Amino acid sequence: MKLEVRIRKRLRNFTLDASFETQDEVFALLGASGCGKSMTLKCIAGLAQPDAGRIVLNGRVLYDSARGIDLSPQKRRIGYLFQNFALFPNMTIADNIRFVARGTKEEKERIVHENLVRFSLLEQEHAYPAELSGGQQQRAALARILATDAELLLLDEPFSALDSYLKWQLELELMEVLADYGGAALFVSHDRGEVYRLASRIAIINRGQMESVHTRRELFHNPTTLTATLLTGCKNVSHAERIDASHVRAKDWQIDLCVGEVQEKIHYVGLRAHFLEYRTGAEHPAENIFCMDVVRIIEDTFSYLIMVRRAGTDGALIRWELPKETWHAIAADAICLYFPPGEIMQLER
Amino acid sequence: MDLMPLLITLETAAAATVATFFAGIGLALAVVRMRRFQGIADAIITLPMVLPPTVVGFFLLLAFGKRSAIGKLLLQFDITLVFTWKATVMAAIIVSLPLMYRTARGAFEQMDANILAAARTLGVSEWRIFWHVLVPNAKAGILAGLVLSFTRAVGEFGATIMFAGNIPGVTQTMSTAIYAAVQANDYDLAFRWAMAVVGFSLFFVVLMNWAIAYSGRHRTAEKAGEGA
Repeated sequence: MKLEVRIRKRLRNFTLDASFETQDEVFALLGASGCGKSMTLKCIAGLAQPDAGRIVLNGRVLYDSARGIDLSPQKRRIGYLFQNFALFPNMTIADNIRFVARGTKEEKERIVHENLVRFSLLEQEHAYPAELSGGQQQRAALARILATDAELLLLDEPFSALDSYLKWQLELELMEVLADYGGAALFVSHDRGEVYRLASRIAIINRGQMESVHTRRELFHNPTTLTATLLTGCKNVSHAERIDASHVRAKDWQIDLCVGEVQEKIHYVGLRAHFLEYRTGAEHPAENIFCMDVVRIIEDTFSYLIMVRRAGTDGALIRWELPKETWHAIAADAICLYFPPGEIMQLER
Repeated sequence: MDLMPLLITLETAAAATVATFFAGIGLALAVVRMRRFQGIADAIITLPMVLPPTVVGFFLLLAFGKRSAIGKLLLQFDITLVFTWKATVMAAIIVSLPLMYRTARGAFEQMDANILAAARTLGVSEWRIFWHVLVPNAKAGILAGLVLSFTRAVGEFGATIMFAGNIPGVTQTMSTAIYAAVQANDYDLAFRWAMAVVGFSLFFVVLMNWAIAYSGRHRTAEKAGEGA
């Protein structure tokens, strides 16, 4: 499977500008709600029309504004898994599959049977979608897509409308299907965890603009933009400016940090909440160790979230996350924290 | 008692409902898919529902009368509409169409757009989507529209009397017969026709409610093993 996308579409508040290529992999578009990532999928499937651009799937031109090509969704051979699965409510599960299968009567029956078996839905064959659990509905929707000759699978926020237990069940099932399917799919989500677990390469979309394409390791260890950093779940970000070759000033935090080597362009620094390290203060003053006032203590499920600010300043709050027992041993109003230079992310925009 | 008004009413309402059914669904589909001027199109189709039927009848008379362009053109082919049975049907169509159109449109709009989109990406033709996905899932609404427009056609009076007149045996329906009977001081006859109309309308509305309740049950609680 090879997909090339280059589209532009004017939306209400911004212009969607997406451009990427993907081949035989699970490719994810990660972005906040309303950033245009679902619209990108709709344009690829032919359910919405871009203003300009070109979409090519396995050498077939699906859309080309310059040549006036715009295939109907029926002709694109792209499977689209909707958030609510969009099964036909008036048909049984077997009929849902039969309705989209092609070929002679015998071929259709074979396709229906194969896909019911493949997704362990034989028992639900005569049930209606409303009678199925969420997991069964997802499997039925996937079975229905694979009963057609779809060349690409689009997954539109597949788990967003579900409670966390069911979410995990469906994610496990989807992983199996993707592995079975050859793994080629395009996946849209705002959840960094899902994206990290399911996708091999990830594109960040921010207000319609596709910022960058990363492998998942790159993205989570070295995001280069503010949007990417926030989307990957980094809680601490500050405006920053270069001081010298190895130091930056984190303006919001009112802290001067050693970061090893300062990159050419730097606008922000970021540090994940669990990378901060506790120090007793005996080492102080030492590089990257600062005294902090504890402003708020929030108890989370398995950890404490300690909101701190540099002592004696009105700097922005920094979130520090640590295991419960560790905090119980510390429990102080004023502490010192070490900012490990290797974990500080430098962001160019 | 002369049963012609009953016969004419039923024939008129039946003929009008067949036309209204297809026109109403077609218009509903067209308006739902419109990207511009949806509000205006909707208002024009809905107008006969809110206008006094006499106004509708009056305009029909103006549009199709012998002095109008359309009337003259039809006369070339030896067709006259005014004060004929065809005119009763036309009047009934115009006043009942908005009911079919609005209920069908409501049913189409309630339909989850993702289901239709899914069908498209799965390669199902628009025609099959319409008959096998859209219509079955909008069944309750379409049924309601059908019954509402039929009963409206049965009860039609104002536009009919303006455009088709009240000619016994030709254009006299039950409702115009009631009017004629009252005019002739025959309250007995008027009462009988009035009860007939009430009975009819009641019967069809009850039938509609039952059908909607049945089709709603059909969708959610169908037993495994039954075909769709």
